[in-house]
Formats: sequence, C-alpha cells, structure tokens
Amino acid sequence: MKPSTLLAALAGIVVASLVWAQASTTDEIAKYRAALQDGNPAELWEARGEDLWKQKRGPKQASLERCDLGRGAGVVKGAYAELPRYFAGADRVMDLETRLVWCMVQLQGFNEAEAKKTPFGSGSDRKSDLEALTAYVTSESRGVKMNVALTHPKELEAYRVGEKLFYYRGGTHDFACATCHGEDGKRIRLQDLPNLMTAEGAQKAYTSWPAYRVSQGELRTFEWRLYDCFRQQRFPELIFGSDGAIALTMYLARNANGGVYDAPAIKR
Amino acid sequence: MNPAPWLRALILGGAIAAGCATTAGDKEIADQASTVLKASFKPAGQAGLDRLDQDDTQRACSAAAGKPLPHDVAAQIEQANLATIRYPADGKLIGDWRNGEKIAQEGRGKQFSDDPNGPVGANCYACHQLSKGELSFGTIGPSLYQYGKLRGNSAEVQRYTYGKIFNSEAFAACTNMPRFGYKGILTEQQIKDVAALLLDPASPINQ
Repeated sequence: MKPSTLLAALAGIVVASLVWAQASTTDEIAKYRAALQDGNPAELWEARGEDLWKQKRGPKQASLERCDLGRGAGVVKGAYAELPRYFAGADRVMDLETRLVWCMVQLQGFNEAEAKKTPFGSGSDRKSDLEALTAYVTSESRGVKMNVALTHPKELEAYRVGEKLFYYRGGTHDFACATCHGEDGKRIRLQDLPNLMTAEGAQKAYTSWPAYRVSQGELRTFEWRLYDCFRQQRFPELIFGSDGAIALTMYLARNANGGVYDAPAIKR
Repeated sequence: MNPAPWLRALILGGAIAAGCATTAGDKEIADQASTVLKASFKPAGQAGLDRLDQDDTQRACSAAAGKPLPHDVAAQIEQANLATIRYPADGKLIGDWRNGEKIAQEGRGKQFSDDPNGPVGANCYACHQLSKGELSFGTIGPSLYQYGKLRGNSAEVQRYTYGKIFNSEAFAACTNMPRFGYKGILTEQQIKDVAALLLDPASPINQ
C-alpha cells in the first residue's frame, strides 16, 4: 500500500470512529467495520516482520530464513494454517509465537528470556518484534484453509487439555471461556461474541487473528487475545508461550479446520 | 481439597457416561489440565494463583462442560449455594437506585489490571438490558427491563432479588452470572443499591 493510500485509509478510520460514536445501531457498526476493511495498518507490521525475518540478527548473525515452521526449513507459505503442531526437535507442541522464539534462540543465538521479553507491543516506544514476525508469517497463510492435525499423541493431548481449559471456571467471577463463547448470537455490551463451540464460530474467530485493533493502535496476536480474555475473566496473568496458552490455541485452531484463513485482519 | 460427596458422584457419573474406553483417559486429561493450568499463569496485581483453585460449584460446572446437569446434581449445587446467602442484619434489602445504576455501568474491579483500591462494579450492562436509555447492553443474560414493574415490590420479590445477586448459583446451577456477594465482589450496600435499581418504582428500568 502506498503511504498516501494508507493515510486516506487512516483518515477514513477517524471519520468512521466519529460516525460510530454517534450511532448505536448494529447497522452502523456493520458499516463501520466495512469501512475499516478498506485499509489495514497491519501491513506496517507485516512489512517490518518480513524485514526481521530476513535480517541477520543476534549473536550468531543469522536470519530466520532457515526456521522450520513445520513445512520444512524456511517454508513460510501456508505454515500458520497448520499450527500449532508437534516439533520433534523441541519435543513439544508449539504455536507460531513459541516456534518463533525457538528459532530466535536456536538460529540467531538469542537467549530465551531476551527473545520473549516483549511479546506484546505498546505504541512506538515499545515495539514487539514477535508481533511483527507473527504478522508476516500469518499473512503468508491468507487464503489457505485451516488444516491442523492431531496425528501425534502430544497434539491430541494438547487438544484435549485445551478443551478442559475452555470449560474451566475459576476466579472471583466463576468465568470460563465458555461463559461468553458457548452460545450463538450473544454479545457483551455491543460486541458480538463468537460461539467457539461450533465449527462456524471457531472458524470465523480464529481465522481473523492477528488483527490490528483500531482502539489500541496496535497489532494483536492470538496469544494476546487469550491473555486479555483471561485478564477479563479475573484470572491471574497467562504466561506467554505456556503449555496452557498452546493447548487452548490448539483446541481453537483445530476446531477452525476447514475455515479459510484471512488475517492479519482489522478490528475495532 | 476433597470434593463434596455429591460432586464425587457427578464426576464419577460423567466418567461412566463417557464410556469405559475413554474413562481412564478422561481422568488423566483432567489431571493434566490441572497441572498445565497451574504452570501457565503467574500472579499479577491483585490476582494471585489462588484464583485458579476451584470450589465445588466451579468444579462441578466445569466438569459438565456446557451440558445440562442431572436434576439431582443441579438441586444439590443450588442447596449448597442457598446456604451461603447472608441477608443484611438491618433487614433492609433496598438501597439507592442511583448508586445501583453506577454499579451496573462499572466494568472495573478484580482484574489484575485494576487498582485494588479503585471501584468495583457489577457490570450488569455487559450481559443484561436494564434501563431503556442505555443502548449499549449485552445479551448473555435475559433482559431486566421493567424487572420490578413486572414482578412488583413485595417482601418475597425483594428477598429473591437480593439473594440472586448475592449468590446466583442458589437459584440456577451453573448459571453464567457471578456470585457477587458470596465471592466478595460487591459489598452489602452495593447489593442493596443494585436491588433498588431493579425494584424501586422510581428506577429508570421500571419506567
């Protein structure tokens, strides 16, 4: 996208935001969402991520171009549509973000703590390389059907653990994922909630992350989505790259199988 | 923590219903999920890891996994929760609906990102329609518009309404609604104020 087009798109978002502030009907929100689709600042994250992927970085001065995301060293096309998956070298089921950290450690020589120091960005002061890399890799699966396998016993195990976590009630408010995402056609305030217990709902939701969040001015990854849902559930803080985060991602990604991947997207 | 006998019966019943071939696997996965869960969170702000510890109600409702409960189990959950309800010592169940409206709008409270000394609301509008004038309402719970107008303001209705806010599980096992009094989310006065929002004839929801 040319800078002028992007500026026009951003101006459109501002106008649309004002329209939205005055309107209250679902129709107006649908119009606002349609207007957002005209230009997506997520492209800035995708471009930065592609640079990061190709740059020689870290103590070993290596690029990530030999990183195996599951379809062979360096294959990015379609990789995200098959994640999470079991990786023999790590002997672990990994989602994309965890795999990127693994490659930064193994190929580029970063230490693990350093590689995952900033999982989520916050404006221009605190940019997240992981967000940018995630935006780039996911964009290379756009138009590909979700096809997550449960062939390895650890993949099946992660799926089943993820299912248990989906229904796990806890905290001060007794909330589970299923509290908000277990019925069709529900909303919280005016925000529509996908029913993640149906194939259609899981497909629609999962294939639209990462997303540029207009309200936050930030590209948000699927790990962020889980992190912030748990915050609102009044749980403690979900650890980035934890087995719980990966198991839930496995459960939702697998349930989205057959859906056409279409992100990074743009959301309110 | 040992589950109550009725809960043990439910978990065992679920395992049998799931079929012999998967029984052992289900138990293993449930144990593993519990281990994974504890290793996947860290304390943050006011939210410690104790928030992951389940009470019997949370455990039974998680095990049900969105499916309807057997009637006897549902009745046991409701009885156990009913026994927790504490009514105000002064016998007054109705406060100020104006404060109730503020509490119903307030979404902050108990999140790790919230100031522990800041406001704690009930966020009723996240899930319910209440006042006609507020168009930004959710639909996870039923509409409460004209709640009091439809039910009247009798002592029985007041008692039910206060109790429902205090511990919703006493009246509908495995409801999505939090137990605002029992879990210490709202104070006694706040519950009175929310009850007023629902029942006071002058409240905007009863217009």
